[in-house]
Order: sequence, then C-alpha cells, then structure tokens
Amino acid sequence: MEIIDRRPNPHGKNTENRQRVLSRARQAIQSAVRDAAAQGRIREIGQDSAVSIPADVLHEPSFHRHFSAGTRHFVLSGNKEFVKGDRLRRPPGGEGEGGGEGNGASEQGGGEDNYRFVLSRDEFLDLFFDDLELPDLVKREIASTTTHATSRAGLTSDGSPSQIDLGRTMRRSMGRRIGLKRPKPQELVDIEEEIAALEDQRPLSDNLFLRLQELREGRDLLRQRLARIPWVDPVDLRYRRFTPVPKPTTQAVIFCVMDVSGSMTEKMKELGKQFFMLLHVFLEKRYEKLEIVFIRHAETAEEVEEDVFFTDPRTGGTVVSTALDLLHEVQADRYPTDKWNIYVAQVSDGDNISSDMNKVNRLMTEAILPVVQYFAYVEVSMGGALLRSETDLWRGYKAIAETTPQLAMRQVQDRRDIFPVFRDLFARRAAERAGE
Amino acid sequence: MLYTGTDWTFSTLRDCYGEIDRIASEELKLDTYPNRIEIITSEQMLDVYTSHGMPISYPHWSAGKRFVSHENAYKRGLMGLAYEVVINSSPCISYLMEENTATMQALVIAHAAFGHNHFFKNNRLFREWTDSTQILDYLEFARGYVARCEEKYGVRAVERILDAAHALQSQGVDRHTGSKRLDLRHEQERARERRAYEDENFNDLWRTLPEAQHQAKPGSETDDQGASLGLPEENILYFLEKHAPRLANWEREIIRIVRLIAQYFYPQPQAKLMNEGCATWVHNFIMHRLHDKKLIDDAAILEVIHSTSNVITQRGFDEGGGPSFNPYALGFAMMTDIARVCTEPTEEDKRWFPGHAGNQDPIGTLHHAWAEYRDESFVQQFLSPKVIRDFRLFRLEDDLSQPYLLVDAIHDDPGYRDIRRSVAASYDPGLLAEEIEIVGADLTGDRILRLEHRTRPGKLLQPTDARLTLEHLGALWGYGVILKEVDSQTGAELGSYALA
Repeated sequence: MEIIDRRPNPHGKNTENRQRVLSRARQAIQSAVRDAAAQGRIREIGQDSAVSIPADVLHEPSFHRHFSAGTRHFVLSGNKEFVKGDRLRRPPGGEGEGGGEGNGASEQGGGEDNYRFVLSRDEFLDLFFDDLELPDLVKREIASTTTHATSRAGLTSDGSPSQIDLGRTMRRSMGRRIGLKRPKPQELVDIEEEIAALEDQRPLSDNLFLRLQELREGRDLLRQRLARIPWVDPVDLRYRRFTPVPKPTTQAVIFCVMDVSGSMTEKMKELGKQFFMLLHVFLEKRYEKLEIVFIRHAETAEEVEEDVFFTDPRTGGTVVSTALDLLHEVQADRYPTDKWNIYVAQVSDGDNISSDMNKVNRLMTEAILPVVQYFAYVEVSMGGALLRSETDLWRGYKAIAETTPQLAMRQVQDRRDIFPVFRDLFARRAAERAGE
Repeated sequence: MLYTGTDWTFSTLRDCYGEIDRIASEELKLDTYPNRIEIITSEQMLDVYTSHGMPISYPHWSAGKRFVSHENAYKRGLMGLAYEVVINSSPCISYLMEENTATMQALVIAHAAFGHNHFFKNNRLFREWTDSTQILDYLEFARGYVARCEEKYGVRAVERILDAAHALQSQGVDRHTGSKRLDLRHEQERARERRAYEDENFNDLWRTLPEAQHQAKPGSETDDQGASLGLPEENILYFLEKHAPRLANWEREIIRIVRLIAQYFYPQPQAKLMNEGCATWVHNFIMHRLHDKKLIDDAAILEVIHSTSNVITQRGFDEGGGPSFNPYALGFAMMTDIARVCTEPTEEDKRWFPGHAGNQDPIGTLHHAWAEYRDESFVQQFLSPKVIRDFRLFRLEDDLSQPYLLVDAIHDDPGYRDIRRSVAASYDPGLLAEEIEIVGADLTGDRILRLEHRTRPGKLLQPTDARLTLEHLGALWGYGVILKEVDSQTGAELGSYALA
C-alpha cells in the first residue's frame, strides 16, 4: 500500500478543456451576449457574467430509444396504500420520460437544459467585442509612446543598495575567498589556542620553543591574510538591473456630447445613453484608465455629472457649436493629446440653428477632428422621422465625413438598432485596411 | 485506539489501513489488488469527475463541458462531492478528499480500497471485459497519441473523429465476445501501435504520390471483400476502424482508442448495484469490527452509522425516488439479507433459497455472489421477499393507450416474483441496450453502409439524436448510410433514416 499526497500537484487540469468548450460554443455565447445588449440590459455587462446557452450547441448525440407506445413495467419503492388493481393518474408531463428503459445506463440522458457559463470579465468582453476593433488605435499608440515602465534586465556591477542581489553577491564572494585562499577564522582560533597552551607550559624545551616561534609567525601571516582579503569585496557586488521599456499610452477619455434641447424626448436620450454605455464598456476593455466627460447642450453647453446629464431636462433651441467649443476647451485644458487617446460620441436629433453650421464646420475640421481618435455621431430619430429630409447637422457632418475617416455617423431609431450601429461603427474594416 | 477526534495525519491513515487490512484479509478473506491511496483537494475531485474517474484523459471539449457543469453545480451548492473515487486498475487507486474526517478516511479506505477493490478483482464481468493492469498505461498512451495527432493534423481534424467516435461509443463494445478478444489485446496492441506509428512517419513520403495510393487502395479491398467483412457486426466502431474506406491510419487508431476505453467502462453500469452493495456492506462490517476491537471510539462509530445511513436511504416514489433505485440502498439491503439468510433463515427463506438458507457461511456465499453475478442475475437470484417488503416495492404497468397507470403487483405472495422479475429486467443490458447492427456495406458498388435497429413498435430511436448520430457515422464512413428500424419479431420495417 502506498499513500500519495496529490494536493500539491499542478492545478487547473481542465483549463484547456474549458477553453475548448468555450471556443466551441463561441457563436452561441456571443449571440446570447448580444441578445442581452439588444434588449437594453447593457448595464449588466461585465457585472454578472453568467450566460446561458441552449444545450443543443454542446449536445453529444447517441443512439437511444424513446418509449412512445405500448406497455412497460417499472417498480417503485415506498408503497403505502396501493393494492393490486389500483389505477393511478399519470403524473403530468410523464409521457416517455424516465422509466427503467431507454438509456438508463448512459450518462448522457435527457434533462440537459441550458448550459450556464460563468465567464471571467475578460472572457466575457472578449467574446462581446470579438470582431470589433478600435479605429486607428495602433497607429496612434506608436506615435505617442511617451510613458516608460521599467523591466528586469539581468545584472549589473553597480546600482543602488536597495537593488543588491544578495544571492549572486555572496556566491561571488565565496568564490573569491576560496580562490584567494582566505583562511577560515577557525584556523586562527586553533593556532591561538595552541600558542596559549605552549605559553602556559613555560619554560619550554628548544623544540617546543621553535614550534612556538613557528606558530607565532603563522598567526601573524593568517592575521595579515584575513585583514587583506575582505569577506565581501566591492568587486563581488551585483545589482539587479532595470531597463526602461517604452509603453504605449493606455489612457483614454470619452467625451459624451448630447443635445438636451426641447426636441429631444426621454426616449431619444435613453437611446443615447445606451450608446454611451456600450462605448464605455468597449473602451474600458482596451485602456487601463478611462475617463468620461459629459457635455450637454441646448442653447448653451455645460459640463455636468453623469446623473444630471441623463435626468435633468432642458428646454430651448439648439446651438451645437457651444458644445464643440466647450469640448475643445476641456480637451486642451485637461487632456493633452500626447497623454490621452480621445474619443467623442455625440448624440443628437440633428437639429441646429442654420446660422451655426459654419462655426460647427470650422470647429470640427480645425480643432476637434485632428486630435481625436474617433468621432462617432449618432443621430436619433423617432417615428415619423423617416419622412424627414436630412437634418442640418447630418448634412453638415456628411460633407466633413467624406474627407475625414475619424468621423463616423449613423442613424438610430430604436433600441434594437443600438448594438448593430455600434458594431457597424467599430467593426473591423478589413477591406479598408488591406487597401491602405 | 487508532485516533480520536476528527483530525487525521498520514500516520493515522497508515495505522487505520493496517487494521482494516487485517480484518479484511483475516475475517472477510478479501482478495484485492495492491492499493494506492491518493489524497486530493475538492478542485482535483472535480477533475476526477470530469474524466469519469480516470487519472489520465485526452483533451476534448466534452470534458470541459462536464467540468463546467459540475463546477457550476458544486459552486452553487446543488451538488456535494463524493468522499472518494476508486479506479479499477492494478494498483487500485482510491482518491480520498482532504476534507474528510479521520473516521471518514477510515470508512472510505474500507469502502473503496477493500470493498470495491475486491469486487473489481473478482467479479466475472470485470475479469472478462477489463484489463486492470494495463489500463493506466493504455490511457497514458492514448493521451500521448491524441496529443501527437493534434499537433500533426490540427485540433479540428482530431476533434472531428473524436466527436463522431464518442457518439457511437455505446456501439463500440463487443457485447458477446469480450473474453475472446481480450487475450490478444496488449501484445497485439503494442505491436499495432508501433506499426501504426511507423506507417505514419512513412506515409509522408508516400503522400507525394497521391494518385498511385488512391487507386491501389480500393482495388486491394475489392479482392478480399465479402465474408471477410464479418457482417452482421454489432460493434460499429470496430467495423469502421477496420473497414471504413476513407480513414487515415491515425484516424483508425483514434477510433480504436475510443472503442477500447468504452469497452473498459462497459461492465461498470452492469454491476453498479452489486459493486456499491458489496463496498457498503464491507465498510459497514469492518467499521463495526474496529469498534468491537476498541480501535475506534463511540463518537467515530456514531459518525459511521450516520454517514452510512445517509448513503443507504432509498427515497419512496412520492419523495422524489425515481424508477431507478439507489444502488447503495438496494445493494446494501440485499447483501445484509444474504448474510441473514445464511445465518438465521426463516421458513420463508428456506422455501425461497434452499441453496444457501442456513448454510452458516455468509462470507462464502457473498464471495460467490460477488464473483459470479451481475446486477440483473443477482437480483433475479437473491432479491428476497423480505427485502421487497422492507422497501415496500410495487409494480406499475404503464400502457400508453390507457389514461392511467395500473398497480399490478405489490409486496405480497402473488406479487414477489413479478416484482423481482421487473427489477431484474431494469438492470438487464440486453433489454436496455439498442440492438443496432451493420448488415451490409457494398464496398465494390455504391458503398452505402446499411444498418438495422432491431426493436419493438413504440421503442424507436429518438429521432433528432438518431439523425445527428447518423451524421457522425456518415462522417467516419465517408459514404452514404441507411439505418432501418425493424420489428425484431415480425421483421416489419418501422422507420428509416438515410444519409446520402
């Protein structure tokens, strides 16, 4: 008999199998995730990352029989009152289920409901944004590698005392001591004891006296060597070396710009909110640090807190340039482009005072678009909006978008459209990329 | 006293093992494989569950699926973990959970390392169908082989074969000829493996001559075709491994791996009732003997009684007890009953069991039963009126043409035999397994594989699964497949599936 303690064995034996099942169910999981997004439960994303997928995706079929007609017998336990000939009502839903027949012995019986996966946040978001990509992220990162992180890079012979590598240093010290034959302190102790013993025996015979002389010389030599060959010499010292490694900028800011004028209904604002949230989750996955600036505008613009942004209604006309002005100001003031990746999402119903469009155009082309990674304009329109002609803002942006790839614009009418539009805006533009 | 309290150490385990071993070999005369006891954590227990208790398994997504569902159930508190898992191998490996108390460790050592172990070594089914000395090596080989194939041909390609072979797993067993094929197995296998492996390395060269190879292959097969196919064949995986025209050598080897592992697991469900009954009876006996010998204290024996009675609870039909019995409950009750009939028979027992009633040799009688029966024949032979009464068994007739269920036998004189027959039938692999055979494969003609499922009206294959499984079968065969469902008594066709 032998007893083996397996507890220290490597764990996570099934990590690989788990990954395989995830990749097999990938499509189903993705569509489950996206269904949730389409139904507007975006806020839950990443919080409760359990998804259920239909069992048939992971179903393992086998030949097995199914009782559909005829007679069968089965024996149950726990009879209390039945006698032979009693008739019992069929339990509901009992047809063809269970029973001592069929695949009782097989472990892949019926009863497979939905599969529930608990995903880590990363796994979840990975699946969620699988085929999406940040526009021009790579390009900008390379252009703005301004921060540096340090990383271990071997050893060096000088450095600060806090970085000393004791193991290496002592190894070298020992090697040097052996190489230079530094006497062990014990040898000195031994010799001194012997001298002391001889000195106690005085007067000494000639032989012993000679011996004492020898010992004294030997002692002096040892002392000299001990003094001359240090225990740790500066040449032994080794320090851990660190080298700075350039690191791409990993912080971003989102400017959420929304029209809160009288023409924007609650429902339109709700749509806008959905879009902002999706953007937030998406960028959060990509950047270590993410900040949000909320700017709302009617006739004038102001920077506000999140709850005010969505709840406090305003009335009045619409002047979009005020918001863009403020955006530019805040950006220049707090988010320099060499440190921040800048994203703008604007939600509006498209109304703007016609006289303002020139200013909007100028601000966009000269101040804003050159510094942003991406500017997404989402126009919400409700109901009869289909019959409307293009809005002022749409027309104005369209002209700019034709020449500037950073500006993307889409129309949204319903909650259901939000995710498709989002995907559309951020989907990998493979063909485009290949053409570049 | 071996220990007091709940904590255990490795030396406690060793002491307990020694005493248990003494009782097992001297008093119970158990004959076991050498034991190996492994202590594992709950996470490792989940891994063991995932691989059906095998210590080594090849990677496949279905294992991940099992792992995820066990893990979910465990983390949400829907499922507890077993105290132990034991593997039919030599040495016999028992996994013990680290959380167990000292008493539970002693109990599971008695249960698994002696009860199950004796059963594995002596029961006829296990002796004939499984080779406990080779299985660990074989699994190691299988994992290595699958991994090499994945490296060479890609995970997708291997997965395609494994998925298909898994679907046909229960049609991959030699139900009637297990003992014959087993003799040759390892030698042949080792040789084959080497050959297959050499073939493969060699194949790369030959692949530069694609035309020649493709023409030669079907030609050679037409020559020796005919009776050599050995039809009808119930072992579908075996047939595919040998005769599927389009498979590469490594694909055949993977099918073989799935087939041999299925074969290894084949006896387990057929003797589950007996196996658990035997192990529970053994641990109950041993633990009480330890207490009698004052090796464990009263607290410990109370814990034993508590945990044993938890395990052997049979819930009634109205308390959620399904139509299949708790194998621990019925098994333990029957083992205890056999011992009782041997030592203190009643008049009734003498009428029912003239063979062993009052023979005063309970151990010998149990040894005989453990060695020579499987669940179905064991119930047929040993289920006594007393056990039927104790469990208050009754039989229902389920006629789907009637709106009600009929109670047609209860625990009384006219009912005992009916009930016993039905309980035995519910363990009969001959009735449970689908009888599907390959009846034709015209290798020189259209190469359509024809299968027959011999059954009775109302017991047809579940159609969606049948279709999906057939697709897997078609993927391995490479040509069309036709499955007919035939009435085994009249020969009338009840249904059919075709895959072009």
